[in-house]
Amino acid sequence: MKHLQEYRDNRLVQIVIKKISDSVTRKWSIMEICGGQTHSIMKYGLDQLLPTEIELIHGPGCPVCVTSLEMIDKALEIASLPDVIFTSYGDMLRVPGSTKDLFSIRANGGDIRVVYSPLDAIKIAQHNQDKQVVFFAIGFETTAPANAMSILQAKSLGLHNFSALVSHVRVPPAVEFLLSSPYNRIQGFLAAGHVCAVMGYWEYPAIADKYHVPITITGFEPVDILNGILMTIQHLETENNEVSNAYSRVVTKEGNKPAQDMIKKVFLTIDRKWRGIGVIPSSGWGLRPEFDSYNAEMKFSVGSIQSNESSLCIAGRILQGLEKPFNCHAFGSQCTPENPLGATMVSSEGACAAYYRYRN
Amino acid sequence: MLEESVNENISCPLPIQHHDKIVLGHGSGGKLTHDLIQRVFFPKLGNRILESGDDSGIIDLDSGVKLAISVDSHVVSPLFFKGGDIGRLAVCGTVNDISMSGATPLYFTAGFILEEGLDHQILTNVIESMEKAAKEAGVLMVAGDTKVVQKGKADGLYITTTGIGIVPDNVNIRGANARPGDVIILSGTIGDHGIAVLEARNELGFTSGIASDVAPLNKLVSEMLAECNELHVLRDPTRGGLATTLNEIARQSNVCILIEENRIPVKPPVMAVCEMLGYEPIYMANEGKLIAIVPEKYAAKLLETMQNNRFGSESVIIGTIIEKPQGKVLLKTQLGTTRVIDMLSGEMLPRIC
Repeated sequence: MKHLQEYRDNRLVQIVIKKISDSVTRKWSIMEICGGQTHSIMKYGLDQLLPTEIELIHGPGCPVCVTSLEMIDKALEIASLPDVIFTSYGDMLRVPGSTKDLFSIRANGGDIRVVYSPLDAIKIAQHNQDKQVVFFAIGFETTAPANAMSILQAKSLGLHNFSALVSHVRVPPAVEFLLSSPYNRIQGFLAAGHVCAVMGYWEYPAIADKYHVPITITGFEPVDILNGILMTIQHLETENNEVSNAYSRVVTKEGNKPAQDMIKKVFLTIDRKWRGIGVIPSSGWGLRPEFDSYNAEMKFSVGSIQSNESSLCIAGRILQGLEKPFNCHAFGSQCTPENPLGATMVSSEGACAAYYRYRN
Repeated sequence: MLEESVNENISCPLPIQHHDKIVLGHGSGGKLTHDLIQRVFFPKLGNRILESGDDSGIIDLDSGVKLAISVDSHVVSPLFFKGGDIGRLAVCGTVNDISMSGATPLYFTAGFILEEGLDHQILTNVIESMEKAAKEAGVLMVAGDTKVVQKGKADGLYITTTGIGIVPDNVNIRGANARPGDVIILSGTIGDHGIAVLEARNELGFTSGIASDVAPLNKLVSEMLAECNELHVLRDPTRGGLATTLNEIARQSNVCILIEENRIPVKPPVMAVCEMLGYEPIYMANEGKLIAIVPEKYAAKLLETMQNNRFGSESVIIGTIIEKPQGKVLLKTQLGTTRVIDMLSGEMLPRIC
């Protein structure tokens, strides 16, 4: 646990809090884009330590929460098929589709397996040649390299029984989408450290410039997050729309080049529908046409499934920072982690689930 | 402005209640299990004894003897894991369920459901392990049953055990007895069993070296009772972990439980695995730990007694009982902030990143 406890050290936390308090002179709204950061903030109660001038807005950076209803319905359709082993990151099993979730499919006999890595799905495919193995490739830029690697591995192994249902999302277009909204209240951003570890942060200066917001690359431990907030506040107070890196032990400006190359090899940029928000242009990655034979949407002919969120819970507004989970009348009563009404209650990284677990 | 707009035009999609089929989460020991018990079992089979919601039912016989009876099914997969196996688990689980009412466990029964094709040697090994655990705990198996089901209808071997014990005079230990001012003692590190089983399932992809803590706690409990017969609550935090068990007690006793993160002992490898996989140790299963809730004046002596027993050598005080908010468990974090700890909700799932 070395190199982890240091970043949870109460003494250091208090020093940074003091610096933040000394720097702030007026009200500021800062968004942490990443669900992992929301989770940490709630888990450690960091917002309780901050001066009241600072409001943290929880962003749409939970890949489980923003995967579209349509994509969930496609997953449910494929997972129900006989002779299919459907593999997924654990969090996705609870996400409600139009009428069911993956748990219900499993209770009805579907073979659904939780994997920690898409490469585990490849192993399952190798050991079950008489079955079709499908991996639910969701996530931001963080999971993309491993997911891309699984496609390349399947190809090099000549596996014909492996495919991926790809629903990748990208952070920078979402940041731009939020900032360009006429209702935008976000004055500064904590950028997602692990996304930047892969992609670098060369895309951000243009955004910071265009929308006049400071952006700080931020990690996930208490001291990391507070340092990110401190740098953002200092920039805000001095009207400096700079991109700075508060997570330099992990992130470089260029990012991880081999990982980026692998992503480029397998995926191309497409428009993507976000649950609760709608389509954000160029905000997703899909499989390149040369990998059509690994594209589960094509293999199982589910491409035409269209689902519309018949009516929205306020997840969309929460994901845009326009509401807090407490503002929802269903929060904690009809809507709980066992029976999530909306995506933000489903994943432990979702804003509603974080509030429910730690503030109920 | 926002407040005004909140309740307009909001109608959420219908929740998925899982009322038509049983899902794995119904067996997690967490909220779904509780809902199932409240919705299905209590309305038809409920009575004063069953609805007390403790690990064993306490029956007052006309003779003045108080009998404790428990039942537990064991379906662990794989059958063998570092530190234990299904046989040791079955005996210890039952011994502990009886012990948590303060009763002395004396006898148990066991029903075996065997899958066609199970190796004789596996069964022999499990039975030998049960024999050893029964000797260690000083309990006798007094009735048994064996059924065999077709291949594919069970996962090798399931064991259901019933425990019988006698509650000593003047002992009244129940989940509903926690009182404001009481102190909470935990008998050692948490999460060991959960991690050992995950590792045995090859779900970690690496070796943590952690062994299950599965152990019979009856001797520890009898030593505790000899020191202090005013124990208010005893509970072993099995499925659903420390967090779920404390929530059960907070609800049964209608009090608030306040624990301190810094005081909860977790072995570094257990913490490391949890960090990596996105689990929380407070939700991981334990099979050889107990929580004792006692009046503050007895706490120091009791702690010493517990620390002198090998199954309680790492006992620590982790918190206190306060009045409000009733039915909740609060955790004081290492940074001095406070957050709510809820029951495990459904099946335990790793976080994505």
